[in-house]
Amino acid sequence: MILQYLDFEKPIIDLENRLEQLRRVDDGTDKNLREEIVKLDKKIGKIRKEIFSNLTRWQITQLARHPNRPYMLDYINHCFKNFLEIHGDRAFRDDPPVVCGFAELEGEKVLVIGQQKGRNTTEKIRRNFGMANPEGYRKALRVMKLAEKFRLPVITFIDTPGAFPGIGAEERGQSEAIARNLLEMARLETPILVVVIGEGGSGGALALGVGDEILMMEYAIYSVISPEGCASILWRDTARAETAAEMMKVTAADLKKFSVVDRIIPEPLGGAHRDHKAAADAVRVAMAESVAGLRSLSVRQLLDRRYAKFRDIGVIRRKTGSNG
Amino acid sequence: MPIRLFRRKEEGEKKIKIPEGMWIKCDACLEIIYKPEVERNLNVCPKCNYHFRIPAMERIRAVTDEGTFREFGEELESVDMLSFTDTKKYTDRLKEAKKKTGRKEAVITGTAKINGMDVVLAVLDFEFLGGSMGCVVGEKVTAAAEAAKELSRPFLIYSASGGARMQEGVLSLMQMAKTSAALARLADARLPFISVLTDPTTGGVAASFAMLGDIIVSEPGALIGFAGPRVIEQTIKQKLPEGFQRAEFLLEHGMIDIIVERTRLKPTLTQLLRFMTASSGK
Ligand SMILES: [Zn+2]
Repeated sequence: MILQYLDFEKPIIDLENRLEQLRRVDDGTDKNLREEIVKLDKKIGKIRKEIFSNLTRWQITQLARHPNRPYMLDYINHCFKNFLEIHGDRAFRDDPPVVCGFAELEGEKVLVIGQQKGRNTTEKIRRNFGMANPEGYRKALRVMKLAEKFRLPVITFIDTPGAFPGIGAEERGQSEAIARNLLEMARLETPILVVVIGEGGSGGALALGVGDEILMMEYAIYSVISPEGCASILWRDTARAETAAEMMKVTAADLKKFSVVDRIIPEPLGGAHRDHKAAADAVRVAMAESVAGLRSLSVRQLLDRRYAKFRDIGVIRRKTGSNG
Repeated sequence: MPIRLFRRKEEGEKKIKIPEGMWIKCDACLEIIYKPEVERNLNVCPKCNYHFRIPAMERIRAVTDEGTFREFGEELESVDMLSFTDTKKYTDRLKEAKKKTGRKEAVITGTAKINGMDVVLAVLDFEFLGGSMGCVVGEKVTAAAEAAKELSRPFLIYSASGGARMQEGVLSLMQMAKTSAALARLADARLPFISVLTDPTTGGVAASFAMLGDIIVSEPGALIGFAGPRVIEQTIKQKLPEGFQRAEFLLEHGMIDIIVERTRLKPTLTQLLRFMTASSGK
């Protein structure tokens, strides 16, 4: 994988390259070189901390979409054993942006469902840039029903710019497919754990996002519309995407405040793309804890909690003036 | 999720002098039509059958038995929890919408009778910020579905919306899940849910309660879809087929049950409700 970097990552990357060079010539004999290496290492740490403790929402949006960011199948490889992919919606076709399969998480048998973006050009096209068609959502629903039948927990991974806007998608009922998933997930009689790993793009993300617990990676985003889409509608200018991201409050920290997300999974310093394994380890531990917790609840408890969780989301004002 | 909508009236046509007051120009066929006649016809063009967009209260009047509608949830108001400002402040947009419609939000909920049958209704109002769904719309639709379940009554939603309300961020997105969850409970209680689609029903409203009806009825010509036509055109770089995303297109593709003209809506709903409640209590 070619390491790519964002504008605000450049100062770090430049220093890291310099450090790499110094290390290469270092044979342990030059004391000055040694000192410089130590100094540079410290400097990198300091700059990285500075940059990453003051990220804007737009920078976080870029991290969430980073071309080197771990995708669903990377988490499958790192976190699960015995993954067995299953295909198709039994009605129209198999939709590659949605990946489903049996897997084992620390000994617990589960069904995983997620969105996969594709790393290189061929894969990106095959995965339709992570944008599902209705048959993708219907495949997901079929697999959820399978999980319910065999009482297996469902784990979903969210990483999509949105549901695909296309002629065929509309003809085959994109809105119905999304809506159906929302309804069926609300009453599915098995635990559902949702992990937002990258981009949570509007209804296309939510269609896999109704669950008992919602985890979100530190630098993932989740929003009602992409910042570009919002900018194009409200400002009639996609260049205002940065402002739109700020206004819509799209980060994990924002969503935690609104109780849309239950838990934020910290990422390695510099972002998940800098260390896939460390990122996946944190996700694996968090998922295992959540699944164990949900496993201890009865189906009735699960469904009541799930209903109450979404029932309570929102901020409104009643005439009396009380908020809630 | 929320989309920009275009009316299909042809701009730049020959300027026709419109006589003041009693005459209006049809948005679709551009004919000059006699206003009282249009109103008698429930705001459907007598020349071309175009269904004008009408306020929620007019829809309620047209379909419920006189004097039976009881509103609930009218005390709920939106909060600008994100301090959202685009080219205007969200608080100003809300103020303007309230002034324009005389209502606090984009949906009216209540109980009523339709030819003697008790129902619970939620009717979206496109005139209020494009019928967009924020927290209050989500809450009121959810509360109405819960009321229908509590009262063991059929539930009807009239949709007219561009989708989720961006100014309430991800909280508006979550209203899709919230309303759909309430409909799941209503379905579990075996109570009928009829979804009536009007022009337009798109984005997050289409992708939640609007497409979840046991029966989905649409007015003729209504724009119904997930993504907006412009977004699709930009994405696929192709011209869209004639009639794309119109009610007739959805019927042809198996996505809705019936297209009903506004003037025939009350008898059709009555018939549907009679069938769907035929064995209740047995
Ligand atoms: Zn006309």
